[in-house]
Amino acid sequence: MNEKQDIDVINQYTGEKWYYTDIVKDHFFNPRNLLWERPKNETEYDAHGMVGSPACGDMMEMWLKVGKETEQVKDLKWKTFGCASAIAATSMFSVMVTENGGMALAEALKIRPQDVMKRLGGLPNRKIHCSVLADKAFQKTANDYFRKTGQYDKIIVEGAQVIDSKLNITDKDIEEAVLEGAMNLEDVQKKLKVGIGSPEIITEVEQLVRFYKDKYYG
Amino acid sequence: MKRIYLDHAATTPLDPRVKKAMELFENENFGNAGGLYREGRTAKDAMEGARTTISKIIGARPEEIIFTSGGTESDNLAIFGVARAAGHGHVITTKFEHHAVLEPCQQLAKENFEVTFLDVGEDGIINPEDVKKALRPETILVSIMYANNEIGTIQPIAEIGKIIREFKKENKSGYPYFHTDACQVAGYLDLNVNNLGADLMTINGPKIYGPKGIGFLYKRAGVKIKPQIIGGGQEARMRSGTEPIGLIVGLAKALEITQAEKKSESNRLMPLRDYFISEIQKRVPKVVLNGHPTKRLPNNINVSILDIEGEALVLYLDAKGISFSTGSACTSESLEPSHVILALGKPYEFAHASMRFTMGRGTTKEELDYVLGELPNAVKWLRKVSPLNLELGAKSMSHPEAFAGENLRVKVKSKSYK
Repeated sequence: MNEKQDIDVINQYTGEKWYYTDIVKDHFFNPRNLLWERPKNETEYDAHGMVGSPACGDMMEMWLKVGKETEQVKDLKWKTFGCASAIAATSMFSVMVTENGGMALAEALKIRPQDVMKRLGGLPNRKIHCSVLADKAFQKTANDYFRKTGQYDKIIVEGAQVIDSKLNITDKDIEEAVLEGAMNLEDVQKKLKVGIGSPEIITEVEQLVRFYKDKYYG
Repeated sequence: MKRIYLDHAATTPLDPRVKKAMELFENENFGNAGGLYREGRTAKDAMEGARTTISKIIGARPEEIIFTSGGTESDNLAIFGVARAAGHGHVITTKFEHHAVLEPCQQLAKENFEVTFLDVGEDGIINPEDVKKALRPETILVSIMYANNEIGTIQPIAEIGKIIREFKKENKSGYPYFHTDACQVAGYLDLNVNNLGADLMTINGPKIYGPKGIGFLYKRAGVKIKPQIIGGGQEARMRSGTEPIGLIVGLAKALEITQAEKKSESNRLMPLRDYFISEIQKRVPKVVLNGHPTKRLPNNINVSILDIEGEALVLYLDAKGISFSTGSACTSESLEPSHVILALGKPYEFAHASMRFTMGRGTTKEELDYVLGELPNAVKWLRKVSPLNLELGAKSMSHPEAFAGENLRVKVKSKSYK
């Protein structure tokens, strides 16, 4: 861990010492790889992912282009709602995966929050969770890519239970679909294709949809 | 770069007149007010002079003033003091109090006390009828702030005070006592405890161009409290510790000046406040005013600027020489967003996006115009960075899907923030 991570509020009003390191400051005021305009059609990028929520105070969205033969990151664009460290962490992450001609997707997925923090010259202790979101957003975007290219075995499942093992769809994916407004099996399948080709899991999926619907809308 | 300071609700600079009054007691007259010899008598005279000045301003008697280390201590002394003296009972407060009141009340709720946390109206004002309904024979204390520190809304304290007095008369009881935290209002409103019907009142120095580290609790004669800091028995045994004479003299001077200037300063700031509120809504799209538009302190502006996060805007404008504060979770120690904005029934997104500008004696229209010039560009830029696009009148959260796997505890389409 970087020693500088202990930097904390000095005085937010005098401006003499900044709350963050110079690198964080630079990436906050001059973010790299920011997405200016939302893509007009879905095919412009190979994948898209989003994590966090405005209600928790941080939200990140990423758009990814992948070199087809080499499976290298060709381009990564993002938008972030959040504090300075969240913005800087996403910016730095996008630099790390696109610099030197672009990282291999498999390598980029190995970037840990600590790596981003180190490149930023550290973050205040309370802000470490902000840098955790950048790799989560990327993982989700990569999962979207794997799903779209049919590489279901490469989808990374974390902290969730796999329901559809062929497509690597989890209970969390189904919960998310319901929270997005899917109210029955048909709606969920429109989003996820879950259970298509695996009729034996349909009952379980239906049960999950009902459970989450009751929980959040009941 | 010239700084434009718009965080006077956090703290104010020291008035030079106050500084001058204090100087004598920082060095030359350094005596302990408990000493019988000359240095002690000089200190004691200055302290009692300050006590008399303060008591006259608030319509009290000198012995009803207890000097403390500030607002937080005064609030703690009022709440724990009353509770510990009574031993048990029921306490009424509100959901949007300052943490210095809220936390002690939450502590009491964990002990053998019952605590009612009253809802706040959408305009940030407590309905006196709600207080009336919450009163019980076993109620020992009602604590309601005079004006909210974040949104500046002024509470009907005199009306609530009257309700409590009538309740006491009907029940032929000395309880409940009525405490109000008046830290934010001392520069703008009437502080006469008899007009307000307050039995306990908190005021501190750092909000009224006085020194930091000093405040007082007004305690009506006969009100039973248990001291929270014990030792040498100073302040009529209610608060032990060597009295800081310089700070006490400074506090009295600061209160004297702010109360003398309250009318003219209010009249100067109110049009500036209304100007800033209307201009910001004209120049920046998707801005929501938090709290009642006019029943608020003359120096307070609090808006939610949707789709952006408070800390980012604070740092962005800090670089342009502007200081203000936010209710975003990112700037609080607890990483919790403003409980005040949530108490108004607004979703978390609005709390993270809430910005507080509080003016003071040095604030001019030119300063506000500079802020109004910089603000739209900063917001425009941060909105470019942000992926959000919230609804102006939203009552429930957006993007609930982000909570998948995290056991979201609220219903998606219900208004359950209160």
